[in-house]
Amino acid sequence: MTQQRKAVALISGGLDSLLAAKVMLEQGIHVEGINFYTGFCVEGHTHAIRKKDKAKPKRNNALWSAERLGIKLHIIDIVEEYKDVLINPKHGYGANMNPCLDCKVFMVKKALQWAEENDFDFIITGEVVGQRPMSQRAETMPIVANESGAEDRLLRPLCAQNLPLTLPEREGWVDRDKLYDFSGRGRKPQMALAAEFGFEDYASPAGGCCFLTDESYSKKLVDLWESRGNREYEMDDIMLLKVGRHIRPNERMKLIVSREEGENNFMNGYKKIYTHLFASSHPGPLALLDGDPTEEDLQLAAQIVARYGKGRTADEVTVEAHTIDGEVQELKVAPLNPHEILESWMV
Amino acid sequence: MKYELDARRLFCPMPVIRTQDRVASLTEGDLLEVTCTDPGVKNDIPAWCRINGHEVVSIEESRGEIVVTVKVGKG
Ligand code: SF4
Repeated sequence: MTQQRKAVALISGGLDSLLAAKVMLEQGIHVEGINFYTGFCVEGHTHAIRKKDKAKPKRNNALWSAERLGIKLHIIDIVEEYKDVLINPKHGYGANMNPCLDCKVFMVKKALQWAEENDFDFIITGEVVGQRPMSQRAETMPIVANESGAEDRLLRPLCAQNLPLTLPEREGWVDRDKLYDFSGRGRKPQMALAAEFGFEDYASPAGGCCFLTDESYSKKLVDLWESRGNREYEMDDIMLLKVGRHIRPNERMKLIVSREEGENNFMNGYKKIYTHLFASSHPGPLALLDGDPTEEDLQLAAQIVARYGKGRTADEVTVEAHTIDGEVQELKVAPLNPHEILESWMV
Repeated sequence: MKYELDARRLFCPMPVIRTQDRVASLTEGDLLEVTCTDPGVKNDIPAWCRINGHEVVSIEESRGEIVVTVKVGKG
């Protein structure tokens, strides 16, 4: 009997990686999935923070994909190692702060390492030539294969027919004729293949699984780096960029003001590491303060917090500011008028 | 054997990753009690178990904490 070959599939939770893995299973390959958590992945928890999103069914799409495929899934925490990819991307960023090409290289390299440790023969991804403006172009396909070290052990089943022969094809482990020649940004061939395999209810095909491709998130990240004078970040920082209104009235402080109850609850967990403010005379949002405010700044922060609460039209609102050492200051302020909150303050 | 894992204040998929890494060092039949605060684990840990050949024996919730008990399978 011929040996069953083993492939590790990069599973993002999107349609393309689901299809690529399925194509391999159809050819009798033993497939296991690998999924990388960078800290910027748009997954369950972030959907759960805001109340309005709670109605949506909450699931981890990578786990969902693996379950549909009937394969194992290994989720790998790369939060720490990923910092270097994001801070110093050799190939630069995409439209926002997404270092997609370096990210792909890194993930394939990690998958290769995993494959070697676990005795797997090759790696597959759902990449399609021309699908993404930055990372999935004809010129970048060999970059990912070379720089990751995977070389011809990297197979892209959805567009393999447009690419040079790889090891699994050459050795006859997989039949090149039963692979695909998808290219370009269109989604029709993928959707047709999904229908053929009976996949429904898959995650929205058009990216959207990474906060770094989001314009407003990227702006907040850049603002964070600029205000600190370096590009370091911790998990708490990147989590907080996902919630609330971010308002920076000057270089000394930024306020994060919750927009609704879900965010309020989420931000409650950060009261031990940030000064926090809320109106005590009227209902209103919780705000976290990042930075080193002067007395005047704190007054201004209180006025901003008052503006977003139920006391916004009152003459005076009492706002409490609690430092992380437990010191409490009571500030009686007039809420700012909406036009006094400058557009340029909004991050 | 029964083991415990503290995954409080972690957001999905971190509790799943911690569970996965811990289960890797256990043997078939062992029980792992994972304490979490992200309600996402009620979906994610069972999904992870179904996929990887383990079993969720119980999910108990009280005072904002969720305790998921996993029985380690063949893997
Ligand atoms: S969108 Fe780009 S940066 Fe984000 S995970 Fe995908 S490849 Fe990486």
